[in-house]
Amino acid sequence: MAAPAALAAPRPGLAARTADALWRRPGLTLFLMLTPPMLWLGIVYLGSLFALLLQSFFSIDEFSGLIVRELTLKTYGELLRPANFDIIIRTVTMAAAVTVAAAILAFPIAYFAARYARGRWKALFYLGVMLPLWSSYLVKVYAWKLILAKEGILTYILDGLGLMPVLELLLSVPVIGGTSLSVSYIGTFLVFLYVWLPFMILPMQAALERVPASLIEASGDLGATPGQALATVILPLALPGVVAGSIFTFSLTLGDYIIPQIVGSSRLFIGQAVYAHQGTAGNIPLAAAFTVVPIVIMGVYLWMAKRQGAFDAL
Amino acid sequence: MRSDGRRAPLGLTLAAAGGLAFLHLPILLIFLYAFTTEDKSYQFPPPGLTLKWFAVAWGRPDVWAALGLSLKVAAVSTAIALVLGTLCAAAVSRSRFFGRETVSLLVILPIALPGIITGIALRSAFSIAEIPFSTWTIILGHATFCVVVVYNNAVARFRRLSGSLIEASMDLGADGFQTFRHVVLPNIGSALLAGGMLAFALSFDEVIVTTFTAGQQQTLPIWMLEELVRPRQRPVTNVVAVAVVLVTFLPILAAYYLTRDGEHVAGQGK
Repeated sequence: MAAPAALAAPRPGLAARTADALWRRPGLTLFLMLTPPMLWLGIVYLGSLFALLLQSFFSIDEFSGLIVRELTLKTYGELLRPANFDIIIRTVTMAAAVTVAAAILAFPIAYFAARYARGRWKALFYLGVMLPLWSSYLVKVYAWKLILAKEGILTYILDGLGLMPVLELLLSVPVIGGTSLSVSYIGTFLVFLYVWLPFMILPMQAALERVPASLIEASGDLGATPGQALATVILPLALPGVVAGSIFTFSLTLGDYIIPQIVGSSRLFIGQAVYAHQGTAGNIPLAAAFTVVPIVIMGVYLWMAKRQGAFDAL
Repeated sequence: MRSDGRRAPLGLTLAAAGGLAFLHLPILLIFLYAFTTEDKSYQFPPPGLTLKWFAVAWGRPDVWAALGLSLKVAAVSTAIALVLGTLCAAAVSRSRFFGRETVSLLVILPIALPGIITGIALRSAFSIAEIPFSTWTIILGHATFCVVVVYNNAVARFRRLSGSLIEASMDLGADGFQTFRHVVLPNIGSALLAGGMLAFALSFDEVIVTTFTAGQQQTLPIWMLEELVRPRQRPVTNVVAVAVVLVTFLPILAAYYLTRDGEHVAGQGK
């Protein structure tokens, strides 16, 4: 048995004494641990966000093109002009379409992985979603540029199958069509869908993993057809996962400016408008006001998602 | 949920397989194009196959310079993110305190908000503070959103790390630093390594924030972006794309195997 006195004796060495002092003051330790990351995020990130927000209340002098450093809501009024409001509507519509399509496409993969894949297959499914998720964003966009090119693989396959008239019919649809897939909204939509799909699969799978199989069997025992079981048991229980996934697909589509620039028509999305206004046009206040739109939309969206309990599925 | 012995309906199997094929075929296509002899268009099928573009890309100083900058930025950002992310995770998981939720929200925010917001926010801050663009402005942005990756991995592992292990170590006479060095670090090490690798992959690939913080400098993704907007040297771009896929796949695979084995942390079973 160690003598009690030995426990109280201060240990030699500065490091040991510092360690003991910290152990006795958990509050101080916590403070010291949190200070570096909070300083970084607080100054670098929140500081920048605040600077951006402040700029959105400035305005630009129409004659000199200089920024007027007086607080005003004039720049936000600019957002409501038809040309700018169209950009917002276009982006939100695209984000909604991508989210719905991603949910439909993700469901079979997530459901199979959660309910039927076992052992080695399960790992394979997981990697099969993780690798595309983490692989280079630009490479993925580039791959679609190759696919959608007029002389590319999609034309080759459709031509081989004799389906070119179908593609031409699709492209002749007003608004979403165009002269070729790579300059139409359909092309932009496909690339968005491809790039953000893994972000929908993972939370959906996590939610489906938590649906007990016995519930599905019970619904079958009680006479539900597989379709009824899907609609009344599985989907409602998987909903938090869908909402969690949609946070990603929605937010990422709202803020992206590279995909519509590379694949799509020349009509702008929010991200492109921000980039154009802060760059060549030098209208930082309007660019800042534009970025507030996704922040507000995502704020409302996150608030609603939180009420749905979506964060438990992340 | 378990349904042992039951087979999946054929339709579901086909839909799932189709979905996975949709996710992977475009990336595989990149590999094919790296060997094509056609250098003026994206013609499919390739008229012929050749290895010469690998040699051409190898001899390009601008590609090497961009790669060098990307690796440097990714390495430094990862190091900063490792320190900040681990500190945050340790603080959040070891105690409940006022503002705990705010801390985790603040860490997640840079990745939850669209990248363009982080980008333009940093840029306007740089212009207000009159900071000239440099490698450090890129790193500043990258480290900010890399913290969350390390944090997520570390928090998950800290949650499984039993508090009794730390108490036992202290009871046996180790001080706080020794406990960290000999007990905590070995247990969270693989999670940190995995988080670091993912952070590295994230930074290596980042383009949206970088376009706002780089000024005239070229990281590899910025080099690729310029080629995407104005294709001038398609064959070299194809080869670079393949290289980027391989460089990012390795850390992701490694991170997966590291965290998979980490499910069994010492002291977890009690």
